[in-house]
Amino acid sequence: MTIEFESPKPITQAQFMLKTVADEMMRPKSRYFDEHEHEIPWDYIEFMHGAMRAMGGNGLAPRENGSKNEEEKKHPPIGYQLIAAQIESLAYGDLGMYHCLPGGGLGAAAVYAAGTAEQKAKFLARFNEERPTFAAMCITESGAGSDNSAIRTRAILDEKTNEWVINGEKIFVTGGDKSFTEYEKLGKGYVVVWATIEPSAGRAGLRAFVVEAGTQGVKVDKLEHKMGIRVSDTAAISLVDARVPFDHILGSATVEKNTTGFKGAMATFDATRPLVAASGIGVARAALEFLKQKLAENKIEIRYGLPRQKLSNIEREVIDMEIMLKSAWLMVMKAVWMADNKKHNVLESSMSKVKAGDVSTKVTQKVVELLGPLGYSREFLAEKWFRDAKITDIYEGTGQINRLVVARQILGYSGSELR
Amino acid sequence: MYSFEPNEEQQMLIDAVGKYASNDLRAVSHDMEEAAELQMNVVSKGWELGLLQASIPESYGGFGERNAVTNVLAFEELAFGDLAGAYAVGTPNLFAIPILLSGTEGQKKKYLSKVVDGRWRPYTAALIEYAFDFDPNDLKTSAKLTADSYVLTGEKAFVPFAKDADAIIVYASFGGRSQGFIVEKEMAGLSISDEREKLMSLNALPLYRVKLDNVKVPVINRLGSASGHDFELLLASMRLASASAALGVANAAFEYARDYAKEREAFGVKIAQKQAIAFMLAEMRTEIEAIRLLTWEAAWKLDNKKVDAYTEAYLASTGAADMVMMVTDRAVQILGGHGYIREHPVERWMRIGRGFAMLTGLAII
Repeated sequence: MTIEFESPKPITQAQFMLKTVADEMMRPKSRYFDEHEHEIPWDYIEFMHGAMRAMGGNGLAPRENGSKNEEEKKHPPIGYQLIAAQIESLAYGDLGMYHCLPGGGLGAAAVYAAGTAEQKAKFLARFNEERPTFAAMCITESGAGSDNSAIRTRAILDEKTNEWVINGEKIFVTGGDKSFTEYEKLGKGYVVVWATIEPSAGRAGLRAFVVEAGTQGVKVDKLEHKMGIRVSDTAAISLVDARVPFDHILGSATVEKNTTGFKGAMATFDATRPLVAASGIGVARAALEFLKQKLAENKIEIRYGLPRQKLSNIEREVIDMEIMLKSAWLMVMKAVWMADNKKHNVLESSMSKVKAGDVSTKVTQKVVELLGPLGYSREFLAEKWFRDAKITDIYEGTGQINRLVVARQILGYSGSELR
Repeated sequence: MYSFEPNEEQQMLIDAVGKYASNDLRAVSHDMEEAAELQMNVVSKGWELGLLQASIPESYGGFGERNAVTNVLAFEELAFGDLAGAYAVGTPNLFAIPILLSGTEGQKKKYLSKVVDGRWRPYTAALIEYAFDFDPNDLKTSAKLTADSYVLTGEKAFVPFAKDADAIIVYASFGGRSQGFIVEKEMAGLSISDEREKLMSLNALPLYRVKLDNVKVPVINRLGSASGHDFELLLASMRLASASAALGVANAAFEYARDYAKEREAFGVKIAQKQAIAFMLAEMRTEIEAIRLLTWEAAWKLDNKKVDAYTEAYLASTGAADMVMMVTDRAVQILGGHGYIREHPVERWMRIGRGFAMLTGLAII
C-alpha cells in the first residue's frame, strides 16, 4: 500500500463527460422542474438510460465480485470510487435530477448486499434492458425514522400458498412512484420493503422483501411536497394484504437470536453513506463555483497565501469553504477506497457522511448569504441548492445518527453502552 | 490511483517515531514546559531517529531522499509527543531543508554534511517578524545588493536556538520577493537578544529576537546564489510542517480526552456514554481526519510537482490552525475543571493550539 492521490483515468473521464451532462441536460431544466413538482423529466431519463446502456453500464452499481479478466486484475478495484465520482458530478448538475437517474438505486443496493445469487440474477438484470427501470427502498414509517427497529410493517408467511403477506404503511420512499407505478415508458420496477417477521424479536426480526410494481394491495398514496429536490418523487406507500412469493425475502426466513438479518440491512448503508456524502459535496461545489464566478465577474480575486489578517471577509469565507469541500471529498474517497479494497469502513463511512452533511449545508447557506439579493432570488439557482443540500444531512442517516455511529466506533461502545 | 495507507517503510518509521514520542518526549513534556528548559538528551535521542538525515542524499552526508508525504507522517508523530521537543529536534531542518531544496551545489556541499553529520547542532532560520499582520511574502527585513554583497537590515522574531547557532538562514525581501540568505555567526551587524522570547506556550523552546544592522552577506550566501530561489516552495514546506504538527497535537488532545471520558463517571455512567461528550469526540475525530487527508494530499502534490501544490499546502495549514484550536479547546472542555489544571496536558495543548495560526516558520519538512 501507499499514499497516493492520482485520480484514476476512468474517474477523470467520467467527470469530464458528466460535466457536459450537468451543463447541457440538467442545469437548463433545474428551475423548470423545481417549479413543476412531480413532473417527470422524461427527456433526461431517456437520454441518460440510452447513454448508460451505450456505455455498457447498468447504472450506479459496482461490478459483481471483481473481474476475472487478467488485464483488469492488474489494476486495483475502483468500483465504488468511480460511483462516488459519478454521483458527485451528477449532484453538481442537479441533486434532484440525480435521483431521477434510471436504475436500481437503494432497492437494487439492498438486493446486491443481501440477496442470493438467484435473487441477484432475477432482480438486477432488468436495469440494463431497453426501457428505463427504477427500484426503491421502503424503510421509513411515520413512527420509525432513524430508529428503524421501531418498524411496524408486518410480513407473515402464508404456508398454504408459500407467500408472504405484508401489511403496513411506508413513507419517504425516494423514487417510489417511478419504481412502483407502471408508467408506459418505464420497465417493470420494484420496491424493497422492510418488515418484521417476528415483532417480539426487535431488530433480529427485520427482513427486506422485493415487492414488484403493480402488486395487488400495494398503493402509492401520495407524493410529498418538499423543501428541495422537488423533481425527485418521495412517495408514501401502503400495503394491505400484499402477497409476494416466498423467495422474495432477502436473507434468512428464520429468526435467530442475534441481529444478523438487521446487520445485513445496515451493511447496505456502510456502502451507500459515502455515496450520499458525495452527492452533498456535488451540490456544495456547484454553489461555491457559482459564487466564485460571480466574484470574478465583479473583479474580486481570492488572494490565496495571504495571512488571515490581510484577507477580506469574503476571501476568508471562500478559502474556508474550499478547505471544507476538499477535505470532505477526500474523506469520501477514503471511505469508498476502503470499500473497494474490502476494508472495514464503518468509521470512515460515517465520518464522511457527518462531514459532508455539515459541509453541504454550511456551504450552500453561506453562498446564498454572500451573494446577497442574487443569492436569495429565484433568478439564480443558489437558493435552490440551499434547499436541495439540506436533505443530504438528513437522509441515509442524519448527521446525528452518524455522529452516534462514529462515537461508538472511536469509543469501542455498543449500542446499549452509548444510546 | 487513490490510496490511503502508508507503505511498509513509512509504517516502520511511524512506529519508531511514535514510540519515541510517547515514551521519551511525552514523559518530559510537562517538566520541560514548567522548567522552561529542554532536556537535550531527549532531543538528541530524537535527532538519532534520523528524520532529517533520511531526507538528505548520501552525497551530502545523509542516507536518503526527501519525501514530503513521509515527512508529514513522521512529523505528526513527533508532535504527538511534545511540540517544543519536536521543534527542537527539527530545528536543523530549518537550515538544511531550504539548502537541500533551493541551494546551489556549492551551498549543499559546504553546509549539508556539517548539519547532518554527527550529533544534533543548532543550525536555524529566521522568518517571523514582530507585526500583527506578519506576511511571509511581504517581509519588512530587506536585502539590498551592493557591489559584492547583499546588505540585510531588519528584525526577526521567534528564532529557535539563534544564540547558539553557527549559521542562520535569514529571510528578507529582495526586489519584492522573499529570499533566504545564509548569515554566519561572526558577520558584523548581526545581534541576538540576550533574553529569550516568552510565548503563550512552547516555554521550553529557546527563541530569540535577531537584529540585522547592515549585515553584509556575500552573494554566494544567497540561497540559490545570485539567481535566488522559489520561496513559495519553502513556504509550502513550512506550511506542511505546521499542518502535520497541528495534527499531532490535535490527536494527542483527542486521545487524552477520549480516554479520560471513558474513565470519568458522572450520574452513574462514564461521561463518554453521554451524547453531549460522545458527539464532541466524534466531531474532533472527524475534523482531524479531514485535515489529515488534506495535508497528505498537499504533501503528495508537492512531491509530484502538481501545479496547485502550494495552494493546497496553504489550505491545509489554514484548515489545520482552525482544526487544532477546535479540538484542543474541546479536550479541555471534556476534562472540565481538571482540564484547566496544569497537571493534565490538555491545557498545554490548547495553548499550543492557538499558536499554529502564527507560528509557520518554526519548522520545515
